[in-house]
Amino acid sequence: MEVCGGQTHSIVKNGIDHLLPEGVELVHGPGCPVCVTPLEMIDKAHAIARLPDVIFCSFGDMLRVPGSAGDLFTIKSEGGDVRVVYSPIDCIKIAHANPDKKVVFFAIGFETTAPANAMLAWRAKQEGLKNVSLLVSHVLVPPALAAILQSPENRVQGFLGPGHVCAVMGYEEYEPISAKYHVPIVVSGFEPLDILQGTLMTIRQLETERGEVENQYSRILDREGNKTAQKLVFQVFQVGDRNWRGIGTIPQSGYHLRAEFADYDAEKLFDVAQIATRESEICISGEILRGIKKPKDCPAFGTVCTPQSPLGATMVSAEGACAAYYTYGRHLNQAKGVDVPIHSVGGAA
Amino acid sequence: MCLAIPGKVVEAFDQGGMRMAKVQFGGIIREACLEYVPDTKVGEYVLVHVGFAISKVDEEEAHRTYQILEEMDQLSELMAPVVAEREGQAPGFRDSATGTNGNHRPETKVTRGKEDAC
Amino acid sequence: MTQRDPAASTPVAASDSNSANPTSEIPSPLFGSCPLPIFQHKNIVLGHGSGGKLTSELIDKVFLRAFANPILDKLDDQAVLEINGARLAFTTDSFVVTPIFFPGGDIGTLAINGTVNDLAMSGARPLYLAAAFILEEGLPAEELRRVVESMGAAAREAGVQLVTGDTKVVNRGKGDKLFITTTGIGAIERDVNISASRARPGDKILLSGYIGDHGMAIMSKRENLEFEGAIESDCAALHGLVDCMLDACDALTDKRSDGHPLHCMRDPTRGGVATTLNEIASQSKVGMFLREDQIPVRESVQGACEILGLDALYVANEGKLVAIVAADAADAVLQGMQDHPLGRDAKMIGEVVSEHPGMVRMETRVGGTRILDVMFGEQLPRIC
Repeated sequence: MEVCGGQTHSIVKNGIDHLLPEGVELVHGPGCPVCVTPLEMIDKAHAIARLPDVIFCSFGDMLRVPGSAGDLFTIKSEGGDVRVVYSPIDCIKIAHANPDKKVVFFAIGFETTAPANAMLAWRAKQEGLKNVSLLVSHVLVPPALAAILQSPENRVQGFLGPGHVCAVMGYEEYEPISAKYHVPIVVSGFEPLDILQGTLMTIRQLETERGEVENQYSRILDREGNKTAQKLVFQVFQVGDRNWRGIGTIPQSGYHLRAEFADYDAEKLFDVAQIATRESEICISGEILRGIKKPKDCPAFGTVCTPQSPLGATMVSAEGACAAYYTYGRHLNQAKGVDVPIHSVGGAA
Repeated sequence: MCLAIPGKVVEAFDQGGMRMAKVQFGGIIREACLEYVPDTKVGEYVLVHVGFAISKVDEEEAHRTYQILEEMDQLSELMAPVVAEREGQAPGFRDSATGTNGNHRPETKVTRGKEDAC
Repeated sequence: MTQRDPAASTPVAASDSNSANPTSEIPSPLFGSCPLPIFQHKNIVLGHGSGGKLTSELIDKVFLRAFANPILDKLDDQAVLEINGARLAFTTDSFVVTPIFFPGGDIGTLAINGTVNDLAMSGARPLYLAAAFILEEGLPAEELRRVVESMGAAAREAGVQLVTGDTKVVNRGKGDKLFITTTGIGAIERDVNISASRARPGDKILLSGYIGDHGMAIMSKRENLEFEGAIESDCAALHGLVDCMLDACDALTDKRSDGHPLHCMRDPTRGGVATTLNEIASQSKVGMFLREDQIPVRESVQGACEILGLDALYVANEGKLVAIVAADAADAVLQGMQDHPLGRDAKMIGEVVSEHPGMVRMETRVGGTRILDVMFGEQLPRIC
């Protein structure tokens, strides 16, 4: 299983899963923060974006994610001030330029984005800005890995670890997981050769019955990660429980703003209690995110459920297993037939 | 999640109390914040995610990874990557067909069929 | 510019999102599972203007219903009219780009060249243009003057005349500085038959040069997405290049039984090469197979795309064309392109196939394959 959505994107975009021999099966993991952002959080974001004195800023990824009623584009067309930003820090400029408006930033992501999001909160507080806040929906990888491995239905035998998450956090925290479940975790990069080399290293471990953490992406990261970044992240955020769409609540699996940053916490500043959230009943995202089922196992895949009209988490963003498969790989579906994996190394579902 | 790209620091400066840099990515230049890699010098390579450098690229390791890949005969029909010389330019991977250079990103073509890709 | 999925008009489609790429393996839509609305959106969203599936839906469900006629239903970028024995190409376009000045051009050069190109894509000699200006109160007169002078220069260079026009002024806040709408007319003097429905299995796909320059030049000026660098719009008038290609076709001495070898031609503007090829594949009911390593992309454009998470194949071009040419004429036409300054970097990037009709597939640079789907709305910068 490759955990990171960016790796999924690279695999499917380059057709790498098509290049692997029979017996190696890649299963996509839940490494897509867009996919796993709970519907309730999306509805909260939309409710805030609709407010007339709010400038709602977001990464491009979240713009087309539908909530229970429409997406941020729809809200924009109805008069909401919704802006795509490339970097969280852009919100500081926007806040200065619009002192009478409230700038709210949708702070999603895994640990990779936490330093950038933390810097926004930190700078806003340092400058004493009164019109900036963050709607935080940060999730962490290691608890998700553990949740997958704990599940009795788990088929995954090895993992490609998330290269850029580990650039920030290092890979120390994966060692206990690897040891406990005796699974290889090879922290890998994103270029096709990185993914292939990472897959090879994983298979070599499986063939010699090892279960260790290895670092394929050594040109970018080491075991400790970026201590400077970690320091600021922990000054701004604390670990807490998070609800993962399609999976449920995983304890200690996300970041929340610390009490000192309460003035910058959009969840506290905006009263968004009355949200009525509706998930689809036929969606099997949860099983897909855990690698138990594949998109083609879902009767709604490609018919009622498409990237344009997604029913659930894994179709909602381009990295979600269903969306990636629909966009890039559905023509291969028929060619492969039923696989009998000898090794399951996370990949295309 | 994790779209991060390596680039070369061509200028470093302070702005609004933050350490910033102009980073070059294949012929274009964008600003990035260096607060998280404070000891970065001009000429070094960093990995940039949403406007922040989150890591430095270790040139020795980049070179080592390339060597390992080259030794891996399993990858058939490797289009001969050219490793840039180390005078004033960091070693990187270069695919002569695509021309990407100096970004420490291995680029090559893999053809199935002759040997196992993995 | 118009586009459409023919399959989208099938009344039982639950959603038209998979109808652009019909294959026998995708199950047919579930009957009755989703009522077909006349038009799904309450309001127009930005994606309706992006050239992808939303645009198709808008055209199909709103415009075609009101205006249906055989010429419009062809949905080419220009209408080919027969008037008193003369074949004329007739087109209209509007230009709303922001910022109005960008590296390599401005909204004025875009307006002239874009209209000239729409005519040129049918093999016509562009002759006369009309332009209507909507000016926002408060637009600096100096900026208007610059744009108009640009237009004059572009028109002279292209050999066309602006023969009539109109000007309106709207209140501040109602017009984003300047909108230009153009109409163009040209004469089809050669024995050509260029249409998006003429692609045939075995045809070769030609691309006239580097892709993504224009869209990324625009991005380089947009707030929050700025970067410095040498990306300039490729905005250019293509009728000279088209003439070279048609000369190459005329010079082929073999008698042709299946008509003129230049089957399809289009300039990949919004939505990029991927969207344009999908449109042709869909209208001709053929598949296409491309080779990624043959598609020229400048390093700077590739770098900019990577930072923002965009795909150059979906980024707009304003001085490029794709042509679908009969296999036995392809080399000659490619040579003809490469002999012209605007086609110097032309490449053969793939071919038309009979498999997977309506779908464009591509061999990736590492030897895998992927589908090049048509965009839904706009391409957005991403972090994932």
